[in-house]
Amino acid sequence: MPIQLIGPLSPSTTPIRLPVCGQASCGFPSPAADYSVPDLSLDDLVGITATSSIFLMRAWGDSMRGCGIYDADVLVVDKGKTARPGDIIVAVIGAEFVVKRLVLDAHGQPQLLAENPDYSPIKFGDAETFEVWAVCVWVLHNLRGI
Amino acid sequence: MIAIVDINAFYCSAETLFKPWMRDRPIVVASSNDGAVVSRNDQAKALGIKAAQPVFELREMTERNGLIVFSSNYELYQSLSNRFMAVLSELAPFSFGYSIDEAFCLLDGVRDPEAWARHAQSEIMRRIGLPVGIGIGPTATLSKLASWAAKKFKVRTGCVLDLSEPARQEKLLRYAKASDVWGIGPRLSERLSSELGIQTAWQLASTDPKALRRQYNVNVERTVRELLGIRCVVLDGDAVRRQTIICSRSFGSRITSLPLLKEAVAGFVTNAAQKLRSQGSFANCIQVFARTSPFASGVPYAASRIISLPFPTHDTRDLLQAALAGLVDLYRDGPEYAKAGIVLSQFEQRQGMTSDLFAPPPRKNSDALMAVVDAINAKQGRGTVRLGRDTSVGKWNMRRDHLSPAYTTSWHGLPKVRC
Repeated sequence: MPIQLIGPLSPSTTPIRLPVCGQASCGFPSPAADYSVPDLSLDDLVGITATSSIFLMRAWGDSMRGCGIYDADVLVVDKGKTARPGDIIVAVIGAEFVVKRLVLDAHGQPQLLAENPDYSPIKFGDAETFEVWAVCVWVLHNLRGI
Repeated sequence: MIAIVDINAFYCSAETLFKPWMRDRPIVVASSNDGAVVSRNDQAKALGIKAAQPVFELREMTERNGLIVFSSNYELYQSLSNRFMAVLSELAPFSFGYSIDEAFCLLDGVRDPEAWARHAQSEIMRRIGLPVGIGIGPTATLSKLASWAAKKFKVRTGCVLDLSEPARQEKLLRYAKASDVWGIGPRLSERLSSELGIQTAWQLASTDPKALRRQYNVNVERTVRELLGIRCVVLDGDAVRRQTIICSRSFGSRITSLPLLKEAVAGFVTNAAQKLRSQGSFANCIQVFARTSPFASGVPYAASRIISLPFPTHDTRDLLQAALAGLVDLYRDGPEYAKAGIVLSQFEQRQGMTSDLFAPPPRKNSDALMAVVDAINAKQGRGTVRLGRDTSVGKWNMRRDHLSPAYTTSWHGLPKVRC
C-alpha cells in the first residue's frame, strides 16, 4: 500500500483542561455530574498559553483615559499580532514603550493618537519609522485602587 | 534531519527584548556577582570584548563606547527559555532542550527542512521576540557545525543553514577547523594537530575512526562517524551532558501539609544535587513546582517559582535553601498536592568559574563535605547520609548591581509603558 507522508504530527503543548467530577457522593448522585465542565480561567479569556505571544505590561500616565486605560493598570499585549489602523498599540518611541492608538492620516502616514484632549498626536516625517512592539488586547483595572 | 535551534546571544537578547532602544548598543551580561562576561552581543564583540573577560576591565568602555553591562537575571532568562522550548515543541515533530538557549529538533517527516527552519525562526521572533540561528544536518554533530557556520556567515545565511546535501557538507568540512567541531575541545584539537597533523574538520573526518578510538577515546570515534553522517549521538538527553536536571514525582497519596511537601522537595533536591555533582556541574538557577491532580476533585492549583542562586553551586545545602524558599512562597493551604518537583538549570563547569573574582566564597569545605556525602551514599545506599533541613544558615546576597526587573515573573517587574 502506498503511504504518503503529509506532514509532521506534533502534540499540542496546551494542557487539556478536564472537567472536575466533584466528590463521590454516598447518597443520591448529583444530577448535574454529567454536565460538569472546567471553571473559567482568565488566562483562557485573554489568550495566555505556554506558547502564546502574550506579555503583560504596567501602564503609567493618563493619556489613554478615553479608552479606559488608567495609571497602574495591567495591559495584556500580544507581540505576535500585526497592528492595524485603529488598534491600541505599544510603540517604541525614543527610550521607552508608549501606548497610543494607531491611525493613518489623509496621506496614509501613520500617527499615534492619545485618548485624552490634553495630549497632541505623535506625527512622523516621511523618513521616520517607529517600531510596533505589540498590540494591546486587554486592560485590567483595579476598581479599589490598590 | 536534525536541527539545532539556539538563541543568538541569549542573555543579551533577553535584556534588549524589554529595552529595544538599546538593541544597537554594545551589551554584555555578567555572571553571578558581576564577575565575568557570560554573554555579548555582536556590537560588544566588535569592541573586542572576550568571553569570560572580567567585568571590571570594561569600565572605560562603558564611558567611552556606550557599553551597557547587565547583571544576570536568571529569573527572566529561565522564563523566556521555558517559552522558547514550548514554542519549539509545538513547531517540531520532536524536540528537547539541550541547554537554556539550545534545543535539538528531530525533523522526521518534514519535507523541506530549510523552509521549516525559516518558519520556526520567524515564528519565534514573532511570538517572543528572540532571534535564533538554526543548523540542520543528518547528525547532531553536523547540525551543530551548520549552526556554527550559519552564525559565522550571518549576512549570507540569515542564520539558517541546511547541511543535508553531502556536497555542502564537504565544502564546510574543508573550511572549518577541527576545533570548530562539536566535542573537539582546545586540548584535544591541540593533540590532534601535533600528533596526527589534523587541522581541518575534513582531515578529521577522513581519519580512520577506529584508530582514533585507540589513540584517544570512543567519543572522538563517534564524532568522526557523526561527521560522516552516521548518527551516534542519541538525542534523548542522556548521551550528551545534561544541561538541566529534573527531579519530580507523583505522590502515592495526596499531600496537604507544608512540612510533608518540604520533605518531598528536600528529597528531590538531594537526588538532583547528587546528579549535578556527578557530572561536575554547578547550577545558577533552580525551579520548584507543585500541583494538584488534574483528575481530582477539589481546588485545582498549580504553581512554580524560579529562584536565582547567589553563586553557581552544587552544594545540597544552597540548593535546598533556595528550593524551600520557593516552595514556601508558592504553597497554599487547601489544595491536595499530587505532584511536585524541582529543576536545576543554567550550569557552569568549574573551569568557567575561576575567572569570577567577585564571587563570595562558597561554603568552606563544601566540595570535601559533598564528596564524603556522595561516597557514603554510593557505598551504603542512597539516603544514608542526608541533610537536616537547616534554613537558618546563610543569607542571599548576590551582587547584582546592574540587574533588570523580573519582567515576566514578578508583578512588580512588569515592563512600564507610558500612556
